[in-house]
Amino acid sequence: MRYIEPHGHMVSRTTDDYQAMALAGCAAICEPAFWAGFDRKSADGFYDYFCQLTQHEPKRAAKYGLPHYSWLCINPKESEDMALAADVLALVPEFLKAPTVLGIGEIGLNKNTRNEMKVLEQHIALAVQYDQMILVHTPHLEDKRKGTRLIMDCLKANGVVKPERVIIDHVEEHTIHEVLDQGFWAGITLYPESKATPVRAIDMIESVSAQRVWLNSACDWGHSDPLSVPKAAQEMRRRGHSAAAIDRLVYGNPVKFLSQSPRFQDPAAQA
Amino acid sequence: MSTPQPHPGAPARTREQVADLHFMDARYKLLDLAAFLDRLDRAAGGEDHRVRGLRAALSLLLEKDEGRVARILNLWSDPSVAPIEKADTKAASGVWPGLK
Repeated sequence: MRYIEPHGHMVSRTTDDYQAMALAGCAAICEPAFWAGFDRKSADGFYDYFCQLTQHEPKRAAKYGLPHYSWLCINPKESEDMALAADVLALVPEFLKAPTVLGIGEIGLNKNTRNEMKVLEQHIALAVQYDQMILVHTPHLEDKRKGTRLIMDCLKANGVVKPERVIIDHVEEHTIHEVLDQGFWAGITLYPESKATPVRAIDMIESVSAQRVWLNSACDWGHSDPLSVPKAAQEMRRRGHSAAAIDRLVYGNPVKFLSQSPRFQDPAAQA
Repeated sequence: MSTPQPHPGAPARTREQVADLHFMDARYKLLDLAAFLDRLDRAAGGEDHRVRGLRAALSLLLEKDEGRVARILNLWSDPSVAPIEKADTKAASGVWPGLK
């Protein structure tokens, strides 16, 4: 089996995880910028983080034969500080020149505040200015439905963003249909306690047209599983899905979306 | 029991096959939930909004139509539509605190 991990926070994972993912059939990893678990105090911390994402992490992944790509932003959890956000946003264009950067992400909302909304609008404007794809983080738990709707309204209000170049991640049963109906891609995040389990994810896959859906682990420093995508593929096999349908979901779909960036290379084409 | 309505993306399967695959998983999760409610009964103090939300969702499990997960998630969701002025925490609790 082959698969793409389109959303993994590998800076928080050990090299053993790279090894396990490669053995499980992972063919490429994409890493959006995110919250470190604590608030960084200055843009210098983000400068170092962006260097890590664009320079160090691709080298670490390459030791396991894995291409590594990244997305850049200041995440919504740190967007409440507007001055810090402005400083970090000013850093991003320089790093967009790096050959493995695919776009702006993971941007979005956390608690659906006015400041988070303003920084989201600035990120969207930056993506438009530099013709970048967008990867969206949606809020957790009780804030998700409201936040997802606010984000989609914000993307549409921009007027230039093409929905097919945006993936809205962390969808669940109460948001996936709205996201797909509005023309966006939807990401189902497989998380042991919050978000979706592999079993629920496949239930969702069986209830929608899965042409614009990807699965990801969003593995990070918290309770998460870097092998959750192949585990979801195993659940599909248990239910009798064909090998072609599994491959389409865990490999073909992410390749289709990511290939909208000329920087992403289909691993199969490189073999 | 409702009439089976297979989704277009799902291979055909019987209810017995679904039970063979997933019954034991559902069984232990239901027992865990029962044990959680028992644990709450043995504890002191009032009930917070998260547990109220959980109890409110239990009746939705017994509804006959498909879509229970979405209905529970919607029940627990913040129904407001405007951004808030400022957050007092980064974390979410799992159930909208205003749920009655």
